[in-house]
Amino acid sequence: MVHRHDAVIVGAGGAGLMAALQLAGKVDVAVVSKLYPMRSHTGTAQGGIGAALGNTEPDSWEWHMFDTIKGGDYLVDQDAAEVLCADAVEVVYFLEHMGLPFNRTPDGKIDQRRFGGHTREFGQGPVRRSCYAADRTGHMILQTEFQQCIRRGVKFYNEFHVVDILIENGRCCGVVAIELATGELHTFHAKAVMLATGGFGRMYQVTSNAHTLTGDCVAQVFRRGVPLEDMEFFQFHPTGIYKKGILITEGARGEGGVLVNGLGERFMEKYAPTMKDLAPRDMISQVIYKEIREGRGVEGKDYVYLDLTHLDPQVIERKLPDIADFVRTYLGIDPTQKPIPVQPTAHYAMGGIPTDIQARVVIDEHNTPLPGLYAAGECACVSVHGANRLGTNSLVDIIVFGRRGGRQMLKDLQELDFAPLPNEPEARAREEIEHFRSGSGTESAHAIRERMQSVMMEKCGVLRSAEGLQEALHTIQELQSCHRNIKLTDRGKQFNMELLEVLELGYLLDLAEVTVTTAIARQESRGAHFREDFPVRDDANWLKHSLAYFADGGIKLASKPVRITRFEPKERKY
Amino acid sequence: MKITLRIKRYNPEVDKRPHWEQYEFDMDPTDRVLDALQYVQWKIDGTLAFRRSCAHGICGSDAMRINGVNRLACKVLVQDVAPRISVEPIRGFKVLKDLIVDIEPFLEKYRQVLPYLINDEPPPEKERLQSPEERERFDDTTKCILCGACTTACPVFWYNSEYLGPAAIVAAHRFVFDSRDRGAEERLAILAQKSGVWRCRTIFNCTEACPRGIDVTKAIEEIKRQIILERF
Repeated sequence: MVHRHDAVIVGAGGAGLMAALQLAGKVDVAVVSKLYPMRSHTGTAQGGIGAALGNTEPDSWEWHMFDTIKGGDYLVDQDAAEVLCADAVEVVYFLEHMGLPFNRTPDGKIDQRRFGGHTREFGQGPVRRSCYAADRTGHMILQTEFQQCIRRGVKFYNEFHVVDILIENGRCCGVVAIELATGELHTFHAKAVMLATGGFGRMYQVTSNAHTLTGDCVAQVFRRGVPLEDMEFFQFHPTGIYKKGILITEGARGEGGVLVNGLGERFMEKYAPTMKDLAPRDMISQVIYKEIREGRGVEGKDYVYLDLTHLDPQVIERKLPDIADFVRTYLGIDPTQKPIPVQPTAHYAMGGIPTDIQARVVIDEHNTPLPGLYAAGECACVSVHGANRLGTNSLVDIIVFGRRGGRQMLKDLQELDFAPLPNEPEARAREEIEHFRSGSGTESAHAIRERMQSVMMEKCGVLRSAEGLQEALHTIQELQSCHRNIKLTDRGKQFNMELLEVLELGYLLDLAEVTVTTAIARQESRGAHFREDFPVRDDANWLKHSLAYFADGGIKLASKPVRITRFEPKERKY
Repeated sequence: MKITLRIKRYNPEVDKRPHWEQYEFDMDPTDRVLDALQYVQWKIDGTLAFRRSCAHGICGSDAMRINGVNRLACKVLVQDVAPRISVEPIRGFKVLKDLIVDIEPFLEKYRQVLPYLINDEPPPEKERLQSPEERERFDDTTKCILCGACTTACPVFWYNSEYLGPAAIVAAHRFVFDSRDRGAEERLAILAQKSGVWRCRTIFNCTEACPRGIDVTKAIEEIKRQIILERF
């Protein structure tokens, strides 16, 4: 079945819905998502959205810009960071005008709190910049946007799992999706397509990411020839609930929580004397690994404590109610009475589909746009996060670039027409699906997934080395060939969740291969990419973005320069 | 620990009617019921279908009846319901496959109550002001994740599918008591109709079922009172 819309947005999270709101009522726009919109992972973001409103103390978007660049270990494109931080202020007001219930100051303004890596006066000390709605800011963003989409009558295709992006003659002309309820393939013919499908943390064993975050469209455009940028940079959030990976917001430390090792020491004081427990995430995660390796984990095990017991219990119940509930539910611990066992959890992909600051997908080192294709949010790499994203900046990213992308699509739609579809648009997707559905494979998808997640966690996680990465590459490539030979027990059509998971696993394996390959190539340590065999940053050779292309016989690597406008790279100290 | 997991299965491509299937295996006591379902799907029977995403009680995908009460499978630990665990779809919606139900009618009720901020006055340059007390007034109902556990636990809804149901009323409450909203009159008129709040018999099943701890029955009562206050 073929559907035609001027604009098709894939993904119904914060970025996709923000883009849809720009287009609603002006052009024919449809949102296609494998989930119902209110299930999107934006809803799990907790601590807040950063914007220099200056509601509780002086602040400036230029300080925010500096923090973003320094936090990203100078791999951030500075023109993009400028857009991010300057636009942040007006988009937060826009969200408030749409109804977002932010917490308030006594004089009725949006309340703000501290967050990791956010400072006043270019690094002088912490600043209150995170605008929040208790510890469910992402939930309120997602709800507010979805509600406004209902008000404006946005067309949704819910539970349509995109399986291919149609790129023909250098132009994107649509997407192909499976309808979960029927198993039928649908072609969405569009003048402009935006990808807003989020991250792919499920390649790791311990992750804060939802089961559904499998990088589908990122892998699909990669297979279609679009390069991926800076894929070696994957953020581990320092405070995931031990073994489960469920996130405990940095807002908990923003409210005064501290990290403590097995000896009862506040170890961050040693490593980041100014920012302490509010140093950026890459640094804290690496320090936690170091403490554990040197035998200072709790009871000699691989975790440390996040201690909130000295905080006023009212602060925990009122400003951090959800995380208090998680800790009670999953650990049986009362966080007002006992410290919380935490370990770094795979959290956020800094890399992704390269775009310019209008969210147009760009396909080479000269930033040549691919007409008709846009990307925003975690699946994209603008790059505003560089080698390490600051807390709160993912929510800023989805709103700022979702909005810019939507506006750019609106503008471009005045010129763009429907490019012709290929002869059999669904052929490639059908072939892939039939391969699994009618095949006689023997491999277990679950076993492949577990091996991938475990090797990525151990060899391509917080600490990396050439030897470990080579081993990971070997394993991933072996698993890719096993994947072709997977045994499927569900041969039905309706809600064949097993088939979808097999496709998702294929995407994850491809992205894992890119992540490992680029991590091998980058012989330095920068941000979230820490090489034990190359422990220092090397600006002379590596102050550049990596690009990975899908090519016959392996992945082809290239690079492009970092755009530096205002802040020259310096050593990072907190 | 050893568990016996009974799941109400239904595959429309094969089965005429639903039936129970039973699986026995070991789980860690602190695993979630969701992990047990995932175990079956990954290691025993790949045809099992259920919705899930975030796995920690925020996305609202996995509301189901666990040992006879509505819960999110990701928020119930095995140790709290073991050793015999029964899982079936939430009641009152058409079962599409196994634990997956058709939630379109549920969303239709949600849309009916105008679940969005209505205020056509030109916004100020910065934020609209709202005191912490005004913000607190509707805090509880902002927590709703639209999982459907409340509505499908309500006996009134089971017998009268026209009833808007607790979830839609919670959504309306979130805006009716927001000091920035100007749509209360329109919304209350919808809630005062035959299919609205007056169907509620204060059975409290919704409040007990809510995985977010929302005081659902209280929200419904506050809407009833508001309708009366506006009328007289």
